[in-house]
Amino acid sequence: MADEKLTQQVDQEAILEVRNLRKCFPIKKTMTGKVTQELIAVDNVSFKLMPGETLGIVGESGCGKTTLGRTILKLHESNGGQIFFDGQDITNLKSSQMREIRKKMQIIFQDPYSSLPPRSTVGGILSEPVEVHKIVPKSEIKDYVLDLMDKCGLRDYYYERYPHEFSGGQRQRICIARALSVNPKLVICDEPVSALDVSIQAQIINLLKKLQQEMNLTYLFISHDLSVVKFISDKIGVMYLGSMVEFGTKEDIFANPLHPYTQALFSAIPQPDPDLKMNRIILKGDIPSPANPPKGCRFHTRCPKAMDICSEITPEYRDFGNGHCAACHLLNEE
Amino acid sequence: MEEITKNEVVEETQDSEVPHDKTVRLMSPTRMVVRRFFRSKLSIVGLIMVVGLFVFSFLGPLVYTEWGEIELDESGKTEYSISETTYTVDGVEYTIRQTTEKSLKDNFLAPPSSEHILGTDNEGYDIFVRLMYGGRISLIVSFIAVFLITILGVILGGISGYFGGAIDNIIMRLCDILICLPGIPILLIISTILDASGIDAKYRIYLLMIYLTFISWPGTARLVRGQILSLREQEYMVAAEAMGFSTSRKIFKHLVPNVMPQLIVQMSLSLGSMILYEATLSYLNLGVKAPYAAWGTMINIISTNQNILQNHLNVWVPAGICIVIAVLGFNFIGDGLRDALDPKARR
Repeated sequence: MADEKLTQQVDQEAILEVRNLRKCFPIKKTMTGKVTQELIAVDNVSFKLMPGETLGIVGESGCGKTTLGRTILKLHESNGGQIFFDGQDITNLKSSQMREIRKKMQIIFQDPYSSLPPRSTVGGILSEPVEVHKIVPKSEIKDYVLDLMDKCGLRDYYYERYPHEFSGGQRQRICIARALSVNPKLVICDEPVSALDVSIQAQIINLLKKLQQEMNLTYLFISHDLSVVKFISDKIGVMYLGSMVEFGTKEDIFANPLHPYTQALFSAIPQPDPDLKMNRIILKGDIPSPANPPKGCRFHTRCPKAMDICSEITPEYRDFGNGHCAACHLLNEE
Repeated sequence: MEEITKNEVVEETQDSEVPHDKTVRLMSPTRMVVRRFFRSKLSIVGLIMVVGLFVFSFLGPLVYTEWGEIELDESGKTEYSISETTYTVDGVEYTIRQTTEKSLKDNFLAPPSSEHILGTDNEGYDIFVRLMYGGRISLIVSFIAVFLITILGVILGGISGYFGGAIDNIIMRLCDILICLPGIPILLIISTILDASGIDAKYRIYLLMIYLTFISWPGTARLVRGQILSLREQEYMVAAEAMGFSTSRKIFKHLVPNVMPQLIVQMSLSLGSMILYEATLSYLNLGVKAPYAAWGTMINIISTNQNILQNHLNVWVPAGICIVIAVLGFNFIGDGLRDALDPKARR
């Protein structure tokens, strides 16, 4: 339960723990700067992530996956809740204090085209963070970077090249190398493969898996592609309209999806067998505006199993055993 | 285009063991810009014009030392005035021709000759030499003004764009106010004040240029602000933030280099307009004053004597041509740079 969690001790083993995280963006402001209307991008999200694990976050576009990732990195200021990284509360750290922690948590962006500075060489892009954070002595930077490039499948003569000379897959490798250049513990992968074509996607995913084993990384893997998430994740979190509706291990969630939204989502995974009859659960309507979310359970406007209570009371986010959490009134009845 | 295609080929074959093709040359963005710039004939013409004027103005006086800027040709001039009177006495016509010979100290309004390549003006100064010195003033003054405008514009525009909020509001409203000020009337007032304060004629043009800087920086500041506003939201800036880089590193290593292309174009275009401004000021007798030379002052000579406008084209036309060459040259370079710096233009 959310309230219980707040009073809990910090789990020293968890590399990342998020409690009741909330992020709002102002839409309307009065002249004095008072916010009169806001968009709730992330609402009351809690989870724990152990070292070496991969947590996949799935959900529709606009459900707050990216915002969640960026808020954890404190690229957005959170509006409530707590973030613990390595047992340390980083929620209210100043940006100068964050600088030291930044090298332990990194991000890989969705768009490999806009996330690399166009006027630096690959070598420059990769050595700059190494130099700033003094990862290795100055004289060893080049060797370190070349070694890193080799690990990420980049050839050494790319060192002098510019990002515009590369294809999307190569650029994403550069982004991965940049994120790993500071020896992070946690990497937030913000849809790292959705801008790439399928064959390159597989290469990048395999590279991420290989690097995870070599460097003992923890991933927070954000994606809307369920098959990718299924392949790479240990745990999965399903988000709908800013809140986490279901969370659990990959096996639990795929074998026994509890929330109707998760069930609908998983029914949409294409099966590679043309004769197989798919039991698609078609959701009606569009995702409601996060600026004006529905009362009660946020999913009730589209839920095929909606009841009266759903439009009035927000369901509790509860643990149903083995860390498999969900928020739905249906489950409370049973 | 060729280089890029080659690179892509190399990438695709990266998994097979192809040795690094040394013939694939590396193209830095700067080198690509230089190449594209020199591919345009117009920008080469512009470059030749500007370099030519520089050589003419700065090296010219060192080579051609016959006359100085304020050295009068005192070789003297004899002016003949002929008057004819015709009388008719008893059907016989008598014409009395009277020639008055007047010796003058200065050799003014001399036609072009081997001694004075473009002749002399109404005071007896060598026009060709004064063109060189006038060019010095125009070029120095416009470079100083553009330099100051750029520095002010980058600092204020950068602060405005990067930090936003109240600072942004204050700076931008200041820009709005400055843009609303009518330039020339205020210049007239300042010029009168400068006249009254008795500042050396040599330095007043610099003071006026500082004033021009003061009213011109909002253009550059707005450009820089707009660029930084859009660049700030780019993902590589978010990446820089996530890397934990300091604010100054983000501004000077990541933002400013990306504003430079637009800035360089803006600078070369405003060089042209500053030369025009300087010429206008000197023409209106607000800028460089006699005996010092400026292209504008040299054209201004026509206002003293109608005769010069009609009969002594050598006095004022060369200065006009110089102004046209300078402004055209800087604009050609600016246009060429704009095309060369456009990342979407691949040719």
